[in-house]
Amino acid sequence: MPTFIRLHDRVFSLAEDPFTAVGDEDTIPPGDVIISLTRFQAEGEGLLSEGHSVGVRLESHEDVEALAYDLPQIAVVALAFPKFGDGRAYTSARLLRERLGYKGEVRAVGDVLREQAGFMVRCGFDAFEPADGSTVEVWEAAAHRFRHAYQRSDDGRPAAYAERGE
Amino acid sequence: MYRYDAIDKEFLADRSAEFRGQVVRRLAGELNEEQFKPLRLRNGLYLQLHAYMLRIAIPYGAVNPTQLRKLAWISRTYDKGYGHFTTRTNLQLHWIKLADAPDILEHLAQVDMHALQTSGNCIRNVSADPYAGATAEEIDDPRVWAEAIRQWSSLHPEFSWLPRKFKIAVTASPKDRTAAKTHDIGLHLKRARDGSLGFEVMVGGGLGRMPYIAPTVRQFLPAPRLLSYLEAILRVYNRHGRRDNIHKARIKVLVAALGRDEFASQVEAEWEKSGTASDLPDTELARIRGAFAPKVFETLPTVSEALEAARAKTPAFARFARNNLKPHKVAGYTIVEVSLKAIGATPGDASAEQMEVVADLAERYGQDDIRVTHEQNLVLPHVKLDDAPAVWAALNAAGLATPNMNLVSDIIACPGLDYCALANARAISVAQNIAQKFADPDLAEKVGELKVKISGCINACGHHHVGHIGILGVDKKGEEFYQLTLGGSGAEDAAVGTALGPALPYNRVAEAVDTLVETYLRERHDGERFLDTFRRTGVAPFKEAVYADVH
Ligand code: SF4
Repeated sequence: MPTFIRLHDRVFSLAEDPFTAVGDEDTIPPGDVIISLTRFQAEGEGLLSEGHSVGVRLESHEDVEALAYDLPQIAVVALAFPKFGDGRAYTSARLLRERLGYKGEVRAVGDVLREQAGFMVRCGFDAFEPADGSTVEVWEAAAHRFRHAYQRSDDGRPAAYAERGE
Repeated sequence: MYRYDAIDKEFLADRSAEFRGQVVRRLAGELNEEQFKPLRLRNGLYLQLHAYMLRIAIPYGAVNPTQLRKLAWISRTYDKGYGHFTTRTNLQLHWIKLADAPDILEHLAQVDMHALQTSGNCIRNVSADPYAGATAEEIDDPRVWAEAIRQWSSLHPEFSWLPRKFKIAVTASPKDRTAAKTHDIGLHLKRARDGSLGFEVMVGGGLGRMPYIAPTVRQFLPAPRLLSYLEAILRVYNRHGRRDNIHKARIKVLVAALGRDEFASQVEAEWEKSGTASDLPDTELARIRGAFAPKVFETLPTVSEALEAARAKTPAFARFARNNLKPHKVAGYTIVEVSLKAIGATPGDASAEQMEVVADLAERYGQDDIRVTHEQNLVLPHVKLDDAPAVWAALNAAGLATPNMNLVSDIIACPGLDYCALANARAISVAQNIAQKFADPDLAEKVGELKVKISGCINACGHHHVGHIGILGVDKKGEEFYQLTLGGSGAEDAAVGTALGPALPYNRVAEAVDTLVETYLRERHDGERFLDTFRRTGVAPFKEAVYADVH
């Protein structure tokens, strides 16, 4: 079982992951599932009506706008990092939070390393599957490494210019 | 000059603590080189041919005497007693030990300096006109905006993992000293008819394998909307820039693929949707602007008797004054160009002692202000004409008064095969050979403005595409060859150079430049620079002359 870390009210904690990631060829198990965008578009409605809680995994080249009208029914949007250096999911996360008003879970999956923690939190991610063996403590320390940030962000911390204005 | 407040300082302290932890993990074997590489690069640490190289950021090229002395001290303590100023106005130290790097960063942080984002696929050190605050040409101080960009681009949450590196330049003068059109984004401050400030925004310039001059995507962006507009550009790029091929990942390729108009309309659409949330509040802009409030200048006569007397008495000073003193916006003051291009030296190199000399002069005569130019020289932007002879004498004693600004021996060259793991060929010694050919200062002045730029490989760190004469090192069956281009320019009249003909072997390059210059002197009309003559005649007479003996 990979480590699964949740951020709620600025507190990081180790959590049980209620969702099962299901491949496109796999049969749907009972319970909550995370499926691809393609599968969601084909089978999403059916799964929801059967009572599954459904999350959607977006690959880094897939546009989050594709989910716009379905977001209220989606419990998790899992944004994939195929490689540590692929930064598209940061934009996807921000668009989910800021433009599409998504309130559900935004989860980082794939090549997720502690060095990205601060960036992720500030773009609105609130669930993490670290691939580098990070414990909650390590993850939290990495996310809070910097006392200040120069830009506005989605984690509720004031930007430097706002701190200065106080 | 902008002074770091508690927030800026704590930010740097946190960064240096983070890096120290990463180096400890690396030295303890917890991180392997592959994992460590992207982390060290974010802190400017490269592994080169012989050692680690640390690239220290000098945001918009502005440095004060305390900082320059610290750089001198670091280069003496942790390196071989010199540093190399680059075309991105950074300082590179080429002989660093990994274990020392955290200490160096901590020393830098003490004087508000760092190596943040001098490498990696992120927004790099921003550049601005080295004459900012000193030239009468500018319509506003570009440093205000460059500082706003420095802060905004530092660990940006969304735009720190881009397809490729990203460079921004800000200029506010019709004469462009930043090579804005060769940047991913070039910003040119303008004033509208109603007096309001704005930017002409140029996107998608770049050199390297595929040189592009940046097209204008917006004629006038109201200045207070700068950051939200930059975010719109970066967002379109972050989403749609290519990530499958490192050679096609720069924004220039996206702009060229979509076409300027389509790219611009995608940016505008994104910008409209995102609103003003990312723009800096006026209070913060005012705070930054306050840091660049005009200096206090004395009321002085336009003509300095002391300077005129020195000019009459000392021909060497007169020559320096002709070439290295530039007009200042205030009567009785001048901008002094400090040449890091002594004949036979490595372009852009400065010894620790030389850095200290410049720091002292800035303190004594120059209002504590020093600039680094993308042409790899230093500038003392605010010197009284009366003091120019004394400044010259001190520079001259330190080997910093070569009177060759913009002349043929004021060459840009990348480190090339002497240091760089990617190089095909030497660049430094080619520069030295050319400078030797034109060591006679009368000849160099007679030739006039001529920008020679040399890169050791197609990555074009020496900006060869935009040299009036560009020289590119290529590898032919293991031997160093050089491809010459003519007619490039990185300034307001930006253009990519035209290939002259087949590549030449190492020992023919300086001679070929000599031939090109002779051809120009023969062909030129009154008042024409090399570039003007070339643009009028085309490549034919130059090509004929250089390849005559080969036929
Ligand atoms: S142009 Fe090539 S050789 Fe020169 S510094 Fe850049 S990568 Fe190295």
